[in-house]
Parts: sequence; C-alpha cells; structure tokens
Amino acid sequence: MKAFGRVQDVLLDAFSFCRRIGGAPAAPGIVLVLLTGCFRTPPPADLRIINGPEPESLDPHQITGQADGRIALALFEGLTRYDPRTGQPVPGLAARWEVSTDGTVYTFHLRPEAAWSDGRPITTADVVWSWQRALAPATANEYAGALFPLRNARAFALGELDDFTRVGVRAVDARELQVELESPTPFFLDLLAYSPCTVVPRHVIEPIGDRWLHARPFAASGPYTLEFWRLNDRVRLRRNAFYWDAANVRCEVVDLLSCVSPNTALNLYESGAVDVVWDKELIPTHLLDELRRRADFHTYNFLGTYFIRCNVTKAPFNDPRVRRALALAVDKERLVRRITRGGERIAACLSPPGIMNGSVPYRPPAGLDHDPEAARRLLAEAGFPGGQGFPVVEYTYNTAPSHRNIALELRDMWQRELGLRLELRQLEWKTWLAAQSALDYDLIRSSWIGDYDDPNTFLDLFLSDNPNNRTGWRNGRYDALLREANAEPDAARRQERLAAAEHLLVAEALPVIPLYFYVGMACFDDARVHGIHLNLRGENPLWAIGKEAAPAPP
Amino acid sequence: MNLLLRRLVWMPPLLLVISLLAFCLVRLAPGGPFDRERKPASPEIERALQERYHLDEPWWRQYLRFLGGLARGDLGASLKYRSHTVTDIIRQGLPASLAIGGGAFLLALGLGVPAGFYSAVRRGRWEDFGVSFLILLAVCIPAFVVGPLLAMVFAVRLGWLPVGLWGSPLHAVLPVVSLGLYFAGRIARLTREGMFETAQQDFIRTARAKGLPETAVLVRHALPLALLPVASYSGPMLADLLTGSFVVENLFQIPGIGVFMVNSSLNRDYTMVVGLVLLYAGLLLGLNLLVDLLYGWLDPRTRHG
Repeated sequence: MKAFGRVQDVLLDAFSFCRRIGGAPAAPGIVLVLLTGCFRTPPPADLRIINGPEPESLDPHQITGQADGRIALALFEGLTRYDPRTGQPVPGLAARWEVSTDGTVYTFHLRPEAAWSDGRPITTADVVWSWQRALAPATANEYAGALFPLRNARAFALGELDDFTRVGVRAVDARELQVELESPTPFFLDLLAYSPCTVVPRHVIEPIGDRWLHARPFAASGPYTLEFWRLNDRVRLRRNAFYWDAANVRCEVVDLLSCVSPNTALNLYESGAVDVVWDKELIPTHLLDELRRRADFHTYNFLGTYFIRCNVTKAPFNDPRVRRALALAVDKERLVRRITRGGERIAACLSPPGIMNGSVPYRPPAGLDHDPEAARRLLAEAGFPGGQGFPVVEYTYNTAPSHRNIALELRDMWQRELGLRLELRQLEWKTWLAAQSALDYDLIRSSWIGDYDDPNTFLDLFLSDNPNNRTGWRNGRYDALLREANAEPDAARRQERLAAAEHLLVAEALPVIPLYFYVGMACFDDARVHGIHLNLRGENPLWAIGKEAAPAPP
Repeated sequence: MNLLLRRLVWMPPLLLVISLLAFCLVRLAPGGPFDRERKPASPEIERALQERYHLDEPWWRQYLRFLGGLARGDLGASLKYRSHTVTDIIRQGLPASLAIGGGAFLLALGLGVPAGFYSAVRRGRWEDFGVSFLILLAVCIPAFVVGPLLAMVFAVRLGWLPVGLWGSPLHAVLPVVSLGLYFAGRIARLTREGMFETAQQDFIRTARAKGLPETAVLVRHALPLALLPVASYSGPMLADLLTGSFVVENLFQIPGIGVFMVNSSLNRDYTMVVGLVLLYAGLLLGLNLLVDLLYGWLDPRTRHG
C-alpha cells in the first residue's frame, strides 16, 4: 500500500512538473499531427527503377549526366531513337529519311501522327526551333556540340553568326525537313537520338521560360510524360497517350528513384521495393564477388574508358619515352582482377571493344602491352637508368576508394619495375577538375564516357584545340588524321585514318595511359522485367521495358 | 523583455554577416559550379552560363543582387539543380527533415531524460552501471553504424519496416531511431550530471529537512534545475536535427535537406549554400532565444537576474 502511494506521488509530481514547463504534454500530440502532414503516399508505380543521383535537370538542352539523360529521353524524342537491343539509331519522330550520295544532305520525313502529350501536332517548325534553342548561346547548353555537324552551327553557337537561317536546317513543309552538314558524319543519326538534339515544346517554353518543366499540362514529345518530380525522391512518368508508338509503351506508370548509397540501393532491391538498379555506381564493390554469381546480376561492356592523363608540359613527362615506359610497366590485368573485379577488360587503346565506325565495327590499334623489360630500357634511354635522377612523381586522383586502390597498385608497380617514387594526392571532385584543367598535376586519374557510338567521341578529346584535352599535348599530325577521317565518306578509308590517329595516341605519343574499359552493371530479374538489353551505350529506352505482375504469394 | 527585444533586433544584422561570410567563403573554394569532367563545346557556352547566373559580375554586385532577391523572399536559382530555385528545394525537402528531426528530438528527450534521471537516482548501484553503459553505447556508436544495423535487422531480415524511401510514418521509424539514439545518450548524460550537481545544493537539503518525500524532492525540486544544461543543449541540438542529417538521409534515401547541406558546398552550388546556411543560422538563433526564455521558466533565479 505504501509502495502504491509512492507511485501515485511520483505520477502526480511528474504531472505537475509537466504543467510547470508549459503545454508539454500536448506537444507530442501536436507534433504527431504535424508529422503525418509531412507524408504524401503516391499510389505504387508499375515499374520502379533506381536510376542514380538526383537529376540536375530534365531539360534535354541543359542536362549533362547519363542518369538525367535516361529520363529526358523518355520525355523528349529526336528524329531518331535508340534501338533497345543494339543501341543503334532507328526512326523516331522521323519515319524515314534520305541521304545524299556525298553524305552531307539529309531529308527527314516527320511522322504525320507525331504529337505533343497535350495533343498538339509536332511539326518540322518545332524541330528547327528546338535546334536553334539547343545551339543559342543564351541557352547555355553545355552539350551544344552534338549539333555542330550542322553547317554553320558552330559559328552560331559561338555567337559569330546571328542569323539562324544560315544554319544547315530548313523546314521544307510541315513534314519535310532538310539538313545540311559541314562534312559527312557517320554518327549523325546516332547524335539525333541524343538528348541535346531532341525536340522540346516551343509553345510551353516561350511563354513560361525557365520554369517550363513545372508547367501543366506537360508537353512531352517522347513515350512518357512527367507526372511529378519530387526532389531526391523520384521522378514519376506516365505513358504519353499521344506518342506515335504509344501502343508499344509497355508500362503505364514508371518511377525513377534517386539514390546515391550502394547499400541502400541493394537493400531496396532485395526487399522488393524496386525492380531494377541500373547505375554501376550503386553496386556495392565489396559484394561484387558474391553478386556476380547471381542470375539477376548483369554486367555488360560499356562505352567508357579509365585512363591516366600525363602532363606533357612538365619534365620529365614531356618525353614520350618516359610516358611509354610508364604505360609498359603497368600490369593492368592485376588492376581489373584485384580492384575493379567487375569483369572489366584491360585497355591498350581508348576506343572500347564493340564500338562502330558507321555501320561496320571499328578495329582499334593494338597499343602497348605489359612489358617491364622494355619499360626499363626506355627509361634508361630517356636518361633515368633504374629510375635514378627521376623526380618524385605526384599521382592525383579524386576521392573514391577504387581510385585510391588503383593509385596504390600503380605506386607499387612503378616503384618495383622502374624504381620511381610516387606520391599520392587525393582531391575532392571539383578541386580535382580544377587541377586537371589548370594542368596542375604530373599524372592524374581520368576517364571518359562516350556520347555516341563512334571512336571520334574518344579521339577528338585530344585534338589540340579541344578544351577537354587537358594534357597540354598538341600534335598537328593527329589533328590532321582525325579531320581527314571525319571528312571521309568511305568506311574502310575512315577506319584506316582513325586507327592511325589512335595508334599515334596510344602507342607512340601517349599523353594518356589507358588502363581498362568500363563495364556496366545492373540488378534485375529477367524473368520478371523484360526489355532491358544492356547494349554498349547503356541506353535502355524506358518504353521497351515491361514487367510481369509479381506471382501471388503462396 | 528588454533582453528579448534586444536579441530580436540583433538577429537580422547577424544573419546578414553570416550570409556574407558564407557567400564569400564558398566562392573561395577551387573550381566552380559548372566545372565538369567534360567541358562545354566552346568557351562561349561557358561564358553564357556564367552570365546567365551573373557569376561574371564583381562579387559585391552579386551579393547586392542576392540581398535584393532576399528582400523579395527569393534565394535565387540553384546552380546545380537548374530547374529548381533554392526556395523550391528547401520547401520540398524541409518537411521530411522536420519530421525526422522532430521525431529524433522527441525520442532523445523521451528516452534521455528518464534514463539519466533513473541512473542518477540509482547512483552507484548496478542499475546505474547498466543504464550508464547503454548511454555510453548510444553516444559512441555513430548513426552510420546504427542505421545499417537497424535496417538489416528490422527491414531486411524481419521485414517489419521499409528499408528506405519516404511515403508513410512507417518510413520514418528507422531514420528517427538511428538519428535520435546518439542525442538520447547525450541528453541522458547531461540529465544525470545535472542531477548530481543539483542534489548537493542547499535548497535540496532544505527540502529534505522540511520532510518532503524523496520522490517529491527529486522530481519537483531537483529535476527542473538539473534540466538546465539539457535545455541549453536542446537549442543547437534541435537546429541540428531539424536541418536534416546527411548520413541518415543518405542511408534511408530520405528526400530531406540534410543531403543538400553537405553536397551543395561540394557542388559549389553557391546560391544553395548561402540559402541553407541562412536557414540553419536563423533556426539556431531562434532556438537559442527560445532556450533562454525556457531558462526563466525552469530556474526561478534567472528571472530576476
């Protein structure tokens, strides 16, 4: 009884204490009510895909990332679109086209049924206006270069030419479009499927301006229209009923979720909250060995290369023999076996295997093998026998465990084989970019993802005047070979020029040391999710992806 | 009252100074918002980009422009998320961060105060050691360990709770616990130490001498005073919690603003950094002011001081 009295005392005391400190007892209740206001549960989507980081934009003339591009291409289509199996360009908004014999004049015929998702027809005037917008300096489209094959497009984008009618695109009538190129460009149709060349709605953008993506009804030219976009959560797409090929769009509602943590992505996938994870960055590397044994884990060759840039403006890296020695001493096989572990193929050139030269596969040059003996000889020839007298080398990379591990291996290899001392410098992303642009490095970790399926997307980086060169390497012969190749309508002769240019790059001059070709990785169960074909481009058009309903629980 | 007014008057200039500092500091970092691995097709485009966001102007003019926007309640366009304004992003992300931060705050107080009180009352006994050990665990194990562990057990293995994403109160449970445990531990320690200190005060002896029951002495007289350090810690803690947690939001894929707090400076998203710093500073100043007011209620001595 006494004990009970004490409990009562305590309770009373506690209550009066709470009264003293104000309306505290009510607070949890109020907070709960407020909390429930923070949740909005949308109905589930038919297909849920973890797409990668939060899109920076969905405006196809502003985006730069591949994850963003996948969404943008579901919303906006160009004259061509990617074939889901091969990644090659096939008819999109244009039903067909004719090409002049010299390969510089294209005549496109728009589909008569092409329409915006708000029901208005899409005409050739929309295409012309979209390309003008994509090129106009005021749009600040970082990927405007995709339209530079058009006659005078570069001059217009540079502000040297104000009159857009002089750029090589002309609407003959509402359905027929004539396009003139500077030179025959074998990958032009491929570029037309790429987001910077897609068609955007003038009738929405002109009156609304910068915030046009938030306007409703949404005017999409692609297979899907934008239902909502919740930052750092998801982009929800709904089938565009006015799309010319709407009958073949396999899902009604698709969610593309943002995620940056590999463990979370895998947890979401394992718990069935999502159907697909298709960003390689979201595959936890420490689980790769286990994942690769699973049937729902897929790897595929990808249009990307990992390499090292050499600062050729700085001694002793200004000596090609030194750069060749560095390349010959690297055991690339060891890097892909011990560190990347995704089944990557080692690289002795820049163009990944499977890349096309027009309609035929490109055959890259052999490049340099792993040959420490030859490396030592070359280094001695350059005046550093056994690494003697060679300054301490600084190897710069951006923060990421795999880059660091590769750096450690390289340090080991160059020390053991050539007697060089390597210091590692880790920089945060933007600082690393700034160091690269300012040539503030000796050797720096780099990579490149191709924009289109042609060696030029890798090789033109190292033209003397390309702002992406960032090695200080300028070579007139290389520039000439590549220019000739791109003006060459004959595939066999083009192959020769391209391979000669690439040979110069990766076997003689070596401003860059290729290490390996990327693989793409994705998790999905192909018994339930259909239509993801994992082509070299890593372009999996959303319209082609369908899902079988989950089997009913037993 | 006078004090309150003075503090309120000081707040705007203080916030301005803070915004100016953030504005300048983030611009001092190497690189810029539009630096990427792949440079634009021509330097013209880069220039056009700078021009579009007025980054080509002298910094003081950019700052004046920012102040002009601020006066209209417009924090400018995000330089990273180009289809959104900073106000947009904060408005969209804040509810989730508030929900998780508020939940974690309640959890911290609801768990921490009783635990600290209990362990102080049982000082030197095994109950004290047991609770103190748990408190130590809560303080020592960071959220990036607790979070994945909780997710593995309750979401992946048992399947009771969602692994991540946002949509229902259930989605908030694991993030709230992962975020709140550490703070619960801190609060428990503060409460415990506060109780020890207060227990030695004269007025407690007086209360006991009067013959008050022990529980009344502890709860009615000692606890309010023992909670003073908890109150002063609560201000900054709540500001911290409400502006989101980078770790927890990433772990559970919560669409809050905590991720932006860290990423905006990594992305050199100048406008976003300044907007978020202002938000955080405003919350911090406001909550500290609240704490000072709370002091008056908790401790009669400060009312006349």
